[in-house]
Amino acid sequence: MVIEGRAWTFGNDVSTDLLYPQVAYSLPLEEAAQLVFSASRPGWSQQVERGDIIVGGTNFGMGSSRPAVALLRELGIAANLAESFANLYFRNCVNYALPALALNGILQLVSEGDSLRIDFSSGLVENVTTGEALRAEPLPEALLAIVESGGVLASLEAEGYLPPIQTGANE
Amino acid sequence: MTEKILARTAGREATAPGDILVCSVDRAVVLDMQFSSTAIPWREPLKMTHPDRLAVILDHGAPAPSTRDANGHHMAREFCARYGITDFFDIGNHGICHQVIAERGLARPGELLLCSDSHTCAGGAFNAAARGVGSLEMIQIICTGTTWFVVAPSVRVELSGTLNDACEGKDVFLALAGRYGSADNRNLEFVGAGVSTLSLHDRRTIATQCAEVNAEFSIFASDPVIDDYLAARGVDETAPVKPDANATYDETWTLELDSFEPQVATPGKIVGNVSPVSQQAEVKLDQCFIGSCANGHLEDFEIAASVLEGKTVAAGTRLIVTPASQRVYLEAVRAGYVASIMEAGGVVTSSTCGACFGYHMGVLGDGEVCLTASTRNFKGRMGSPDSEVYMASTRTVATSAVTGRLTDPRALR
Repeated sequence: MVIEGRAWTFGNDVSTDLLYPQVAYSLPLEEAAQLVFSASRPGWSQQVERGDIIVGGTNFGMGSSRPAVALLRELGIAANLAESFANLYFRNCVNYALPALALNGILQLVSEGDSLRIDFSSGLVENVTTGEALRAEPLPEALLAIVESGGVLASLEAEGYLPPIQTGANE
Repeated sequence: MTEKILARTAGREATAPGDILVCSVDRAVVLDMQFSSTAIPWREPLKMTHPDRLAVILDHGAPAPSTRDANGHHMAREFCARYGITDFFDIGNHGICHQVIAERGLARPGELLLCSDSHTCAGGAFNAAARGVGSLEMIQIICTGTTWFVVAPSVRVELSGTLNDACEGKDVFLALAGRYGSADNRNLEFVGAGVSTLSLHDRRTIATQCAEVNAEFSIFASDPVIDDYLAARGVDETAPVKPDANATYDETWTLELDSFEPQVATPGKIVGNVSPVSQQAEVKLDQCFIGSCANGHLEDFEIAASVLEGKTVAAGTRLIVTPASQRVYLEAVRAGYVASIMEAGGVVTSSTCGACFGYHMGVLGDGEVCLTASTRNFKGRMGSPDSEVYMASTRTVATSAVTGRLTDPRALR
């Protein structure tokens, strides 16, 4: 799996309270997604474009289990890199089919707005803008398989555990 | 210990860090947010592998603060009725899931316990491999009874000595976070003579809070206190896991329980952000909060009541106390703790996750400063992104409610 896109950079210890503020709980998904980073970086949700990539510092996604990744997927975020991830957030990335890789030094490799090319099978992260590259420990095959299959919901539907979504049925 | 539980549930003899396992979950706990979420609208499964292993608890928005929450509760009731799920804790039997899990004997030694709340590591106090998962992952567990783990390396946390009476489990956790920082996605395994000198209440606080140092799992060695607690709840046969003499650890951390003084985490994060209360400059407080899965226990009511007995909450400061469950609430009423807190001017709310995550019953306004004994101090966590949250023990919070500013509990003796 290879993904190319434009990078948005963030610092260390970005919490899920910033990603998915509790005031967004009452809103439909598309409106909730407009509040991602509203406390720390107002206007970001409106600037982000489909296919963009988030690059975080250490402990990205710290805190609660809330489905922040669902909001990032709604905004069209294509991949998430970080110096390191909070483990629960990383689980959510895999299960929501948001490809994610942790690698030391990524914030030195990437400046905001750079174009990146990420090969999740080999772990190679190329900064297309600067021509520099770094190699991460690739995503384990079993986890990559979950991502490539479209995540948990797609698998459960395919295996007959869940009824397929009927448009407009739930909201 | 964690590896043994993961190996058993994956049908293996043994396992090692880096292994990817598919584990059969012994107990899965589903919450109200599963049914009321707009991000992942609830879809009832067509089939489930182990409905008998499920429990459903209403806690995050309980009683319902909104129509959406109320509708979610309704869906939870329908789901439980349709599938005959008897471990359903509806309004009246409700409580914060980790308290209900403890007091109903659902966290058991040697078992794998998963729940869609990040503080599920609370169950580690009972020698369970317990952790939070996402609500999407919980749908998978509801359906298939299984999920995946990448086995993490473990840190041995060696406890010795006995806590002095100014300190609580919260101070032990804060001291750990201050001294050693992040667990960096490793398991924390609490062992040593100090384990049994800690009350179960303090162990539960510590296990719960390990979510804040990014532990993969946090687990305590078992002892007779656990056996007695569970036996009183009808759980007689357990299979605790013990660390092997030659177990491999990534690192050893040591904590001498006698050596601490009351600790505080300043606003924003926990790791690397902890210092003794005695070293803090003056902090004026708008709100003091005691509650949550970490510190809404009956023992927290006992401590708060003992501090507040015959005293008054400072003018300009409000004290909100939220029991971790209906059972805790009732016991605290019977013991007179609720009266002592209310006579001092404190508010005692119904049991809920409520104020801890800024959802209801104690949300912070712009520019407000809160001292909390709950679980997190992140920006925006308890309400306005312009509010500030300090975190300390129940004794420190109750003492500070009386003075209206962050105060070392030893100052008010």
